[in-house]
Amino acid sequence: MSRNPFSKSKNPQLLILVIILVAIFLLFGLLTKGKIFELHSLQAIAFQLPLLGLLTLAQMSPMLTGGIDLSIVSTANLSAIIIALSMTQFNFSPFLAIILGLVLSLGLGVLKGTLVAFCSIPAMIATLGLMIFIRGVALVITKGYVIAGFPQSFLFLGDGTILGIPMPFIIFLIAAAFMSLILNRTPFGIQLYLLGSNPTATLFSGVNNKRVIFRVYLLCSFLAGVASIVMTARFNAAQAGYGESYLLLTVLACVLGGVNPSGGFGKVGGLILSMVVLQVVATGFNLLGLSSHLASALWGIILVSVILTNRLIFARET
Amino acid sequence: MIGREAYLVNKKIFQQTEFYLGIIIVALSFFLTLINPKFLTLENWFDMLRSNTFLGILALGELVVLISGGIDVSFTATATIAQYIMGLIITTYYIDNVLVAFLIPIPIGIALGAINGALVYYTKVHPVIITISTLNAFFGFLMFFSGGKWIYNFPPSFRSFSRLQVFSLVNARGVEYGFSIFILLWIILAIFTWMILKYFPVGRKIYAVGGNLEAARRAGFNIFRLQLFVYCFMGALAGLASFVNASLNQMIQPNSLVGGELDILAAAILGGASVFGGSGSAGGAFLGVLLIAIIKNGLILMRASAYWHEVIMGAIIVAAAGISAYQQKAKAKREGEILVP
Amino acid sequence: MSSKTEQVQKKPYLVLKNVSKRYGGVVALEGVDFTIFPGEVHGLVGENGSGKSTLVKIITGVVRPEKGAEVEVNGQKVEINNPFDAFRLGIHVVHQDLSLFPNLSVAENILSHRYLEKTQKLINWRDLKAEATRVMDKLGVGIDPETEVNRLSVADQQLVAILRAIASEARLIILDEPTSSLTRREVNRLFAFIHELKARNISFLFISHRLDEVLEISDRVTVFRDGKKIGTFQQEELDKKRLSFLMTGKEISSRPSSVRALSKKEEIMRVENLTKKGHYEKVSFSLYQGEILGLIGPRGSGRTELALTIFGLNPPDEGKIYFEGRPQIINSNQVAINLGIGYVPENRLIQGLVLDHSVEDNLVITVLRQIIKGMGLVDLQKKRAAAEKAVREFNIKTESVEVPVKTLSGGNQQKVVLAKWILTSPRLLILDTPTHGVDVAAKESIYQSIRELSQRNLSLIFISDEETEVLNNCDRILVMKNGQIVGEFFPWETREEELRKTILQ
Repeated sequence: MSRNPFSKSKNPQLLILVIILVAIFLLFGLLTKGKIFELHSLQAIAFQLPLLGLLTLAQMSPMLTGGIDLSIVSTANLSAIIIALSMTQFNFSPFLAIILGLVLSLGLGVLKGTLVAFCSIPAMIATLGLMIFIRGVALVITKGYVIAGFPQSFLFLGDGTILGIPMPFIIFLIAAAFMSLILNRTPFGIQLYLLGSNPTATLFSGVNNKRVIFRVYLLCSFLAGVASIVMTARFNAAQAGYGESYLLLTVLACVLGGVNPSGGFGKVGGLILSMVVLQVVATGFNLLGLSSHLASALWGIILVSVILTNRLIFARET
Repeated sequence: MIGREAYLVNKKIFQQTEFYLGIIIVALSFFLTLINPKFLTLENWFDMLRSNTFLGILALGELVVLISGGIDVSFTATATIAQYIMGLIITTYYIDNVLVAFLIPIPIGIALGAINGALVYYTKVHPVIITISTLNAFFGFLMFFSGGKWIYNFPPSFRSFSRLQVFSLVNARGVEYGFSIFILLWIILAIFTWMILKYFPVGRKIYAVGGNLEAARRAGFNIFRLQLFVYCFMGALAGLASFVNASLNQMIQPNSLVGGELDILAAAILGGASVFGGSGSAGGAFLGVLLIAIIKNGLILMRASAYWHEVIMGAIIVAAAGISAYQQKAKAKREGEILVP
Repeated sequence: MSSKTEQVQKKPYLVLKNVSKRYGGVVALEGVDFTIFPGEVHGLVGENGSGKSTLVKIITGVVRPEKGAEVEVNGQKVEINNPFDAFRLGIHVVHQDLSLFPNLSVAENILSHRYLEKTQKLINWRDLKAEATRVMDKLGVGIDPETEVNRLSVADQQLVAILRAIASEARLIILDEPTSSLTRREVNRLFAFIHELKARNISFLFISHRLDEVLEISDRVTVFRDGKKIGTFQQEELDKKRLSFLMTGKEISSRPSSVRALSKKEEIMRVENLTKKGHYEKVSFSLYQGEILGLIGPRGSGRTELALTIFGLNPPDEGKIYFEGRPQIINSNQVAINLGIGYVPENRLIQGLVLDHSVEDNLVITVLRQIIKGMGLVDLQKKRAAAEKAVREFNIKTESVEVPVKTLSGGNQQKVVLAKWILTSPRLLILDTPTHGVDVAAKESIYQSIRELSQRNLSLIFISDEETEVLNNCDRILVMKNGQIVGEFFPWETREEELRKTILQ
């Protein structure tokens, strides 16, 4: 029996990412004449990364089970709107506002989880419908208006730093550590990975598949809620329809980070690497005065190249 | 999400989608006419159909991709590029010829679609991933090279074409209205798609690939050609739709189309196409878009806030999927199947 | 069935001479000569790794043989370099998964070869239906050509798959494990169909591990072992025991196990009048502590359905289950597992293992709760230790516990499945054809484990296809047919033939 290809491929994906990251850093280092290594730029990266990063973490668990959540951005948006309204309309403290936002996102998670796990609706369709529904609710509530004007204590979460490290980044790191812990060190995490790979076998082995999947969508919505905190704090505003373009990027970032879209494989570390790669490209382009659109284009090309390279390396083994 | 094919017994949302859709459309129309008699007027319907032609044509393309077991979310970028290049050419060179304008976007769409098709085939990665990447790449490059500039001031023939009507009538107040040529275009494309899917071997092979890719491979079907066809077809229709869009708006805004991919996906799925592949019909795609159009229109006529449109749409999709899932479970139970994992 | 003399007079359809295949250093096939006559049903048997699948791949053009091989079809030397060459020569395979298009109609599936033609015409649906009907009528098959294939029963789907080959002018149809999902009645229908086609000079290569059926339908049987052809035999020369011996090289003892002292055992489970529509009816029996109860019966007898009911995945319509004296409603497998019931599934690869994941993960999946330390976190050391202990105890041959379980041999994979259930300290373990697809050495090892487990007071229900296996390993045997228990036997007073008669009656 040939030596198993997979124990090699879990690492090569990460290895390729590290190589790309180093290469990109070097490339931009050269092009920007070292500006990218300055604290200022690194901080910029650390400020920008977390929003996409948190949303990508959110997308990770559904993708690990072979599903997808198309509604994470609209969930984050609605949650952001609730947070914003709590502070502006009802003058709640930022703390309470955040709690409300998280409660809402958990509530949406319950709805999602019920539809996908207990009603057995395919994840793509259920979350597609929900995305549109939630977007609509956001529109009905805000009537398209922007809600802005938050207390400074709240905004600190978006643009403050602790020991030079941006707050959003700290939040992101905590969330990433949390995810990593759940995925790697809890029974739920083990069940999740196995389920993503072969739900029939886990069912036969006594795993309550429905409960696991339900929790997956709870987890994912919770993280979307956390993302909404960062989003509101950084934009200093909330509006229906914000961040829509991020949705497909979360899928891109997940796959780039090694998440297998059919489920079963992918680690938080890989995700962080892929986020950093994407963000460095964006910031690098920014420093060079190049359009951010070019950065997006490059992201698409990077992903396809990584996939093609993977395919070429492992073509013999499949 | 991705291809849990073999276990599912019935992949359609409804047993006979077109039938259910038809009933819902009739019922809805009846109900809306009671609320506002203006609903059931030709003027209203012509207007409604005309504004949804763009959606309708794209849904046809997405339908074909879905049937083959794939998916495409990059078509908005394809459409934007196609219409942008067309716009540039006809305004820069002042080409006062609608036919030329009509023909330019099509090969562009096909070429971009070919990139998708080739990548999907060679990487063997799920098309969602590929088309997300190409969406970013296409759109990113377009915005970069175009600088986001709008295009307007089209040659006169382009302008007058958009007002062309197959036949026109005059309403009670003496205002003219008519059956726009774009509606005709949509209908022709729907019939064309229907014919390909039902009477041409390539269409049947697309269903086959969507139903069981491995079997199609073993049977000797040229998978590469089929996938290429499917994505190029989508690209061509994206080009056509972009022409319609530019024509109706008499303006090209590079960032206006991208972002609406999932709505078109929803329309195709509502029309009976399954995300797992192997099912769907042109009639269903047509009716699906029609249903969405009626809902939007109904809301306007009821003077309800347009914001409710999405809430209702989303709820319908979820409900429809829920019904279908329930039907599948019930069927499995009836037939004594033990597990639905 | 053509007689011996008739076959000798006919010219062979397919002749293979000196066919070998090597993969790197591994010899998959060595110096094989092989012949098939027109109108012959030729059985092909051999354990996993015996080379029979390699032979089939060579015949169908999926792989090329080493130099020096000669292939003749109808007396002409040919080269089969790819599946299309095989197609054109009239060689077709009906795979175990049937490779049909579930969303297309019967007619379209049967005539799907038309879509390969160079000049493609528009589809004439009426013509398609008529042509398909004609193909079916000629062979006495009455399936509605416009039905979608996924609405057909598996047996009907199989007929469609064979019809598809016929419609493409197949001369040799290779059937790969065709009967694994069929009831006895459906098998009879299939065999009748095969006879019909035999009369039209179509040849069949019948590959199956069900030796009874191979012997029933084949004119001749070729046995493979370790990459070599052991021999080709006339059907009359063989019986199941001889065939088994030829396949494995080992004599399977049919000495029944000695009587075990079960008189003082308590009842651990009792089922009364269990009924589930379409699955089984009024099933009642008791199971005692430490007993190995065999459950044998043909396909479709309801044995797996019954097992799944006890395991909680198939709640019954009527009837009662008593576990350790108390009535229980087992409506989920969590309930069953909590009671101490485990199930080693029939389909090891899909139901029993997560192939791409590590041996370790597959082993501990049933006992995750036991390897937790504080705060609900998994104790990685405990996890590793538990996995390694299991590997040692069950003698599982693997590089390490970290490798994906798909790298293990069939026998070792089965041991992993067994081990993961033993870790749950069950009271009752149901084994559903546990030695299917397992090599001889591992089989013995599994029997050994089963006996040890019953010594430890674990009760087992051993579902099997083979009379010898249950006679040798069980304390008591129940025969199930058509959803009912039709007989109870004790190995020490029963002979194989008696058992067989009850099953086949």
